[in-house]
Amino acid sequence: MRALDIKLLRDLVRLWAQALAIALVVGGGVATLLLAVGSYRSLDETRTAYYERYRFADVFATVRRAPKALLGRIAEIPGVAAVDARIAQFALLETPGLTAPATGVVISLPEIGEPKLNRLYMRAGRTPDPSRDDEVVVNETFAEAHRFTLGSSFAATLNGRRRDLTIVGIALSPEYIYAVGPGDIMPDGHRFGVIWMSERAVASAYDLEDAFSSVSLKLLPGTSEREVMMRLDSLLDRYGGHAAYGRKDQTSHAWLDHELDMLNNMSRTLPPIFLLVSAFLVNLTLSRLVSLEREQIGLVKALGYHNAGIVLHYLKFVGVITAAGIVIGSVIGTWLGSYVTGIFADFFRFPFLLFTKSSDLYVAAAGLSAFAAAIGALRGLREVVNLAPAVAMQPPAPPVFRRTLPLSLSAAGLVSQPMRMMLRNVANHPVRSFLTAFGMSLATAILIVSLFTKGTMEQLVDVTYFLADRQDATVSFFEKRPREVAFQIARLPGVLNAEPYREVQVRIRNGHVERRIMIRARPRGAELNRIIDADLRPVVLPESGLAISDMLAKILKVRVGDTVEVDLLDSERRTVSLPVAALVEDYLGMRGMMDEEALARLLREAPMANGVSVSLDKTRQDEFYAAVKAMPVVSSLALQTASLATFRDAVALLVTTMSSIYTGLAAVIAFGVVYNNARVSLSERARELASLRVLGFTRGEVLGILLFELALLTLIAQPPGWALGYALAWIMKTNLAGELMRVRLVVEPATYVFASAIVITAAVLSALIVRRRVNQLDLVAVLKTRD
Amino acid sequence: MSDPVFTAKDLTKTYVSGESQVHALRGVNLEISAGEVVVLLGPSGSGKSTLLNIMGGLDHASSGELFFKDLRLTGLDDRGLTSYRRRHVGFVFQFYNLIPSLTAYENVALVTEIADDPMRPEEALALVGLEPRMHHFPAQLSGGEQQRVAIARAIAKRPEVLLCDEPTGALDSRTGVRVIDALMKVNAELGTTTVIITHNAIIQEVAHRVLFFSDGQISKAITNEARRAVAELQW
Repeated sequence: MRALDIKLLRDLVRLWAQALAIALVVGGGVATLLLAVGSYRSLDETRTAYYERYRFADVFATVRRAPKALLGRIAEIPGVAAVDARIAQFALLETPGLTAPATGVVISLPEIGEPKLNRLYMRAGRTPDPSRDDEVVVNETFAEAHRFTLGSSFAATLNGRRRDLTIVGIALSPEYIYAVGPGDIMPDGHRFGVIWMSERAVASAYDLEDAFSSVSLKLLPGTSEREVMMRLDSLLDRYGGHAAYGRKDQTSHAWLDHELDMLNNMSRTLPPIFLLVSAFLVNLTLSRLVSLEREQIGLVKALGYHNAGIVLHYLKFVGVITAAGIVIGSVIGTWLGSYVTGIFADFFRFPFLLFTKSSDLYVAAAGLSAFAAAIGALRGLREVVNLAPAVAMQPPAPPVFRRTLPLSLSAAGLVSQPMRMMLRNVANHPVRSFLTAFGMSLATAILIVSLFTKGTMEQLVDVTYFLADRQDATVSFFEKRPREVAFQIARLPGVLNAEPYREVQVRIRNGHVERRIMIRARPRGAELNRIIDADLRPVVLPESGLAISDMLAKILKVRVGDTVEVDLLDSERRTVSLPVAALVEDYLGMRGMMDEEALARLLREAPMANGVSVSLDKTRQDEFYAAVKAMPVVSSLALQTASLATFRDAVALLVTTMSSIYTGLAAVIAFGVVYNNARVSLSERARELASLRVLGFTRGEVLGILLFELALLTLIAQPPGWALGYALAWIMKTNLAGELMRVRLVVEPATYVFASAIVITAAVLSALIVRRRVNQLDLVAVLKTRD
Repeated sequence: MSDPVFTAKDLTKTYVSGESQVHALRGVNLEISAGEVVVLLGPSGSGKSTLLNIMGGLDHASSGELFFKDLRLTGLDDRGLTSYRRRHVGFVFQFYNLIPSLTAYENVALVTEIADDPMRPEEALALVGLEPRMHHFPAQLSGGEQQRVAIARAIAKRPEVLLCDEPTGALDSRTGVRVIDALMKVNAELGTTTVIITHNAIIQEVAHRVLFFSDGQISKAITNEARRAVAELQW
């Protein structure tokens, strides 16, 4: 082994703690990239494979009742590769141990063979015997939530008739990856189940023999989805068809897409920030570390080494550290990536999981880290290698200092000499001090970015569940009912307040941009479903005109007072123009809101209701549930408390897990930064500090001088760190905002405090480690060696 | 002569260096009186620096005893040694060891702030002839001036002993003479017991006593009946 390489090894051994701390910072950056991008890619590829293998459809439509004979004509629509028709209807489910009825969607299975599209992945058991009308397959989330196994049974009210059903199979479906019930935003197996039955059984229960109520299409590549949907709509129109929709509006797909988008956006936002921060810090630290080698570099040059050889030597030095960091980061990142992917896959119910280890990612992460480290080393080397060997071996001339305090203040003896040393050290190395403080600000900032989601989610919960939708339960009907149904519901036991709502599907358009949304109409002065504006105050709707989600207004590029085109998609298809009357501050989905009578006029009908929101006397809930179960017109019952609980669970699982992981990585980076900073300061000033010890300063006093600077910079770094963190959180929030979910950025004071506390703890830990070094300062060596 | 300031009895120091033992001091017996100027001479590794370090409370002896007046230095722990250095000892180093971020005045004040009965920094600087330059930073001072600041810093707390390790080692002859002159002036005016390590044999002529070291022991001691004036020194 060459002598320089031996030196390299020994240097690494000598500086192992610092090398490890730098490697951890590099590793933190690399791990974030692998984690975020890796888990996104894995889930994306898993979804693609799942969709392909289980033939997830491209276009969907529901219809009241269409004859099977129509299927031939649907198949003839140009571009249609496959057609699958079936019956799909809502049902109330009674499950053991729960008084509140759950909601189910009952789907028919062909008597022979598999469905052409949206095939089932059987987890256990078999498909129902076509001759049995009590055998069902249920989705796994539902089975698990109720601890159902093969052979378990539960009751369902199908079209007003109560039936006992026996589970013969448990399955997953690409249609219900995100199995969310009506009125809910998070999958909840307790409250929602998918039930597959033989076609014969479903048809007879819902009087739909030789007919279908749901059709799915698979399209040939390159086909215009819009064209096919228009043709499909015109075929289904006369049978009570609702407008067809593509995957983009399919609930499960849309939510999954949203979650994957979020992961993708996260992977585009957080890892670059982390990676850049870590690169910056590695750069900073290595440059200072290499500068410390001045004398040795001079010596090696004096011995006849060329600059190139010396540069190579130090590049190797940082190369080894960076490589260690990349290895640590890769191992941790891959592990965290598969862990997170596993959590998501479990949440979404994928039958299998393709965990991709993308080599390009490793190369990118490694490349960027290595580049940053090399630049840092070269920055440190630049000054030194250009010196003549004799000069390099001389102690550097004492650095030039300037006064930082007015002479009068100095003379008054208000500032002690150690304090003065510290202040001048900071003030006379403005660039270094700035970069060091900036490094710590970055550490605080990435912690805030990792932590802010909690406050933001709480705000979402507050607005959604406590300001806007304040009902305890929402009762939905199979068909729209006359508005007076609200009185009927109001008379049910335990109901304190009942407000009907009417919901219609529309396409809303401005120019070329259009979205498919629901318009929900509510009575004037509704107390339960309220419209909340950007100032979080309830808004009274004008007699005509439409209030739309703020997000939708942004997408359509409209403001209050502008007019939008609205295609009514329910019974009578018409296009109308409506003024935008207000913007709604909501965070989940996009919707329109109207006054009940205004919508009725628009639809040219007497006021009708698709459902009723109710507030309940909690002591009489069970009576209410029992009464609802007995109402054949009720298709589903959504419970706000259950919905909130599921939402919180899901947030805890997904958001908190991610946030904890990122916080952990950010904390490692923060520690690496602060520790290295303290440690390099110690090396740079070891001689000065040892001199002070010789002069009679105690260990505590000397440590104080060293750490006061660290403490000062750490504290100075906090407020800019908060601002930076807020800015990064804002970028994250903006990137994560989607049509299905978005948030208003709320960074709680506690978040700032916590982020700073972590950085300060890192500083204290570093101080404790550095204290040992200060205690070991070689006082004797100071007498003999020069600067 | 007055009572001894330092009394060493069978002082030894053994380092473990790798697998071998280095006997840096092999039983040194010594007395140094108050106000005395003692020069330690000897080749590298002869033990003079080790002795100075132990006298200065920077290092521990392996065996034997060393007293500073009545204080048994060989029995003190780190805290005790720090407080001993703080109260009684002034150091002058070969490479000055000034704090670059502090001016000459402030470098001296660094010590006066923690001393019990210090002189004013400007007094100390005046003793070494640097009053006019007291607001300069080390970077603005020549090597000799920096060393004189170091001396001012060492004496400002009115130490009883001044320990100098190669104080002129990094200086040219003319500057070196000025530094020695400053040391002698301090000794004359304050009566500070001064121990100087040097490789420069000429300096021995200004001392009261010269101790020659070899192989961890004092091999020879010479008392100068007539000290030379500093002005006559030249090397």
